[in-house]
Amino acid sequence: MRFLLDDEQQAFARSLDGMLEAAGTPAVVRAWAAGDTAPGRALWSRLAEAGVFALAVPEQHDGLGPLPVELGVAFTEMGRHAVPGPLVETVAVAAFLDRLGDDAVAAVWLPAIASGKTAASLCLLSDDSPYALDAHAADAVFVVEGDAVRLAAASGPVQPSADPARRPARPLGGTVLARRPEVAAAAGHAADVAALVTAAQALGLGRTLLARTVEHARRRTQFGVVIGSFQTVKHRLADALIALEFAQPLVRAAAVALAAHDPAAGREIAAAKVTACEAACAAARTALQIHGALGYTAEFDLSLWIRKARALRSAWGTPAACRARVLAP
Amino acid sequence: MDLDFTAEEEAFRAEARAWLATRVPAAPLPSLETAEGFSAHRAWERTLSADRWSVVSWPEEYGGRGASILEWLIFEEEYYAAGAPGRVSQNGINLLAPTLFEHGTDEQLARILPPMASGDVIWAQAWSEPEAGSDLASLRSTAVRTDGGWLLSGQKTWSSRAAFADRAFGLFRGDQGDTKAAEPHHGLTYLMFPLDAHGVTVRPIGRLDGKPAFAELFLDDVFVPDQDVIGEPGQGWRVAMSTTGNERGLTLRSPGRFTAAADRLVALWRSGADPGDTALRDRVADAVIGARAYQLFTYAGASRIAAGGAVGAETSLNKVFWSELDIALHETALDLLGPYGELSDTAGEAPARGSWAEGYTFSLAGPIYAGTNEIQRDIIAERLLGLPKGRR
Ligand SMILES: Cc1cc2nc3c(=O)[nH]c(=O)nc-3n(C[C@H](O)[C@H](O)[C@H](O)COP(=O)(O)OP(=O)(O)OC[C@H]3O[C@@H](n4cnc5c(N)ncnc54)[C@H](O)[C@@H]3O)c2cc1C
Repeated sequence: MRFLLDDEQQAFARSLDGMLEAAGTPAVVRAWAAGDTAPGRALWSRLAEAGVFALAVPEQHDGLGPLPVELGVAFTEMGRHAVPGPLVETVAVAAFLDRLGDDAVAAVWLPAIASGKTAASLCLLSDDSPYALDAHAADAVFVVEGDAVRLAAASGPVQPSADPARRPARPLGGTVLARRPEVAAAAGHAADVAALVTAAQALGLGRTLLARTVEHARRRTQFGVVIGSFQTVKHRLADALIALEFAQPLVRAAAVALAAHDPAAGREIAAAKVTACEAACAAARTALQIHGALGYTAEFDLSLWIRKARALRSAWGTPAACRARVLAP
Repeated sequence: MDLDFTAEEEAFRAEARAWLATRVPAAPLPSLETAEGFSAHRAWERTLSADRWSVVSWPEEYGGRGASILEWLIFEEEYYAAGAPGRVSQNGINLLAPTLFEHGTDEQLARILPPMASGDVIWAQAWSEPEAGSDLASLRSTAVRTDGGWLLSGQKTWSSRAAFADRAFGLFRGDQGDTKAAEPHHGLTYLMFPLDAHGVTVRPIGRLDGKPAFAELFLDDVFVPDQDVIGEPGQGWRVAMSTTGNERGLTLRSPGRFTAAADRLVALWRSGADPGDTALRDRVADAVIGARAYQLFTYAGASRIAAGGAVGAETSLNKVFWSELDIALHETALDLLGPYGELSDTAGEAPARGSWAEGYTFSLAGPIYAGTNEIQRDIIAERLLGLPKGRR
């Protein structure tokens, strides 16, 4: 057993982190929220160059994957920097098409996803969300209903989310792309992949919330001392760290299980999803509290992370659904 | 990155499982916090050690199997999954032995470890004092130099199972003149002494559930020879701190006991919980997830150690996590038991082998012993997050 990231995986994480830090994601997030997707798409291309989307695409369609562990690494870094856009959904579409068993359809879309040309979104109507994330900004919106998958023709009005950079909308109309018995299983697999990378994203989000809050607590002075010397503050931050530290191995093990086609992968993913999202939400609450009114200020970038944490909690598997799945026989 | 065990590790698991399947007592032993239970558990330690299963990670010369850290974790998983008895030797094995491996002399290792492995000598930890709990360095008991050794005086308390144990280990303040209030960590010496020595009075005190193995110790010029000092005299704090990492970290609470308890909890839930009670279902799920998270976190730590890393302040993360998980697990079980949840383990109709009740009472102590969770959170904040020291 070697339950640690190897050198190459760590280097990949570091290089993505460096690239995203330099890219100044808060401005990209704010533009995306305001409907200007150009900076987001530019960043998307750079993520594609770094190989992020290729990790979800099999080799015969110009990809490198599927590599769930590396995808988890990438999404943790993207979460760390609160990258906007249908990242999870695009990767889920790749997972769906990979399992669809329709080579013609796969050959059209998968290479385009791997290269970053196509940003896709996904709506599994049998699932509990009627929305596709960023349907307006995506190049293709896939809608699964029963044993059919269609490409949406349009989308309804954007429903503002708790996270202004998430722009869900109902997909409308469209033509059936494929109708086959494999659709349901492929959709289930796509939902698993989506839940896994959402968990990884939440973990990264939580890491940033904690790191920024620790920095703040070391600088901000009240009563003549830095607030980080108050025990209540320290203990809240310690709890945030504990929650994140114990969520991380669940996310990694879920990715390992998925990579190994382990029949228990779904359960591991559900455990990872609920735990990572709860940890991120708790980190967000702590970050807000310890930043005081500064944390409550929309202009202050921390708000971008705080608001995303809440939105991810119910995306791709509510806490209740995840817990039920953990106990499913 | 993988979670696969090697063929050797799987073989080790199979061997442990097969041995436990034939040896684990069919009926649970009485509580090890009682006189009767203590001797039954001592006999179980002897059974374990006869086939070298009592201290698998120790070198063979001291009764172990030289097992790797992963094999030790595997053994613990099998041990708790088999429903084997709690370990009455745990203070010696988990706290004193690692300290001796790090600081003991060859003579001490050869003299002390084999009877510890066999359960012939059961050890108690004599650290806390009435006025020195969290602030352990403020302890007052003394070790005064005498011919060929030391004379110990003072009072120790909250010593687990000391009412029935054979020997104890603890910290004592050296030369009185040395006690600079500003530097309470200085001048402490780590010593071992027999609980039946001349000058030792052991007074049992009931635990929360009334069980009498807890004790306070009164020491009145108890003679200890030089060979029973661990490490250098005056260096006791440094020696002791190498023990606390073990106490909070891996060795005191291996994941096997939580994964096994979570499995029992799920079985209890399946065997008749109200399916509409989703709040209770969610708590069961959280206990399962928590046990799995703890197991995986430990695997990651073991992988780091196997790759040459060392155990550090992250043991404080473990301590807070397992102690809170343990309480949540047991509280959920008691709630699932409904009207039977209040029965103590000695009640004739106590369900599920009674272990939920005793386990629950014991879990309540988790956030207190081995360094309270408040102290652990300070350590996490200061050493892992780099926050400044505040007022203590
Ligand atoms: C079941 C059980 C078994 C035990 N077994 C042993 C044993 O075998 N050998 C042994 O030596 N000892 C043993 N102990 C004692 C244990 O180590 C002490 O209880 C522990 O160190 C806490 O000390 P205290 O009880 O004096 O509490 P105190 O130190 O008086 O603390 C009381 C409360 O104040 C809080 N507090 C104290 N200082 C701070 C601070 N700086 N910041 C914030 N909060 C603080 C504590 O967290 C706690 O909540 C055992 C205890 C229990 C419950």
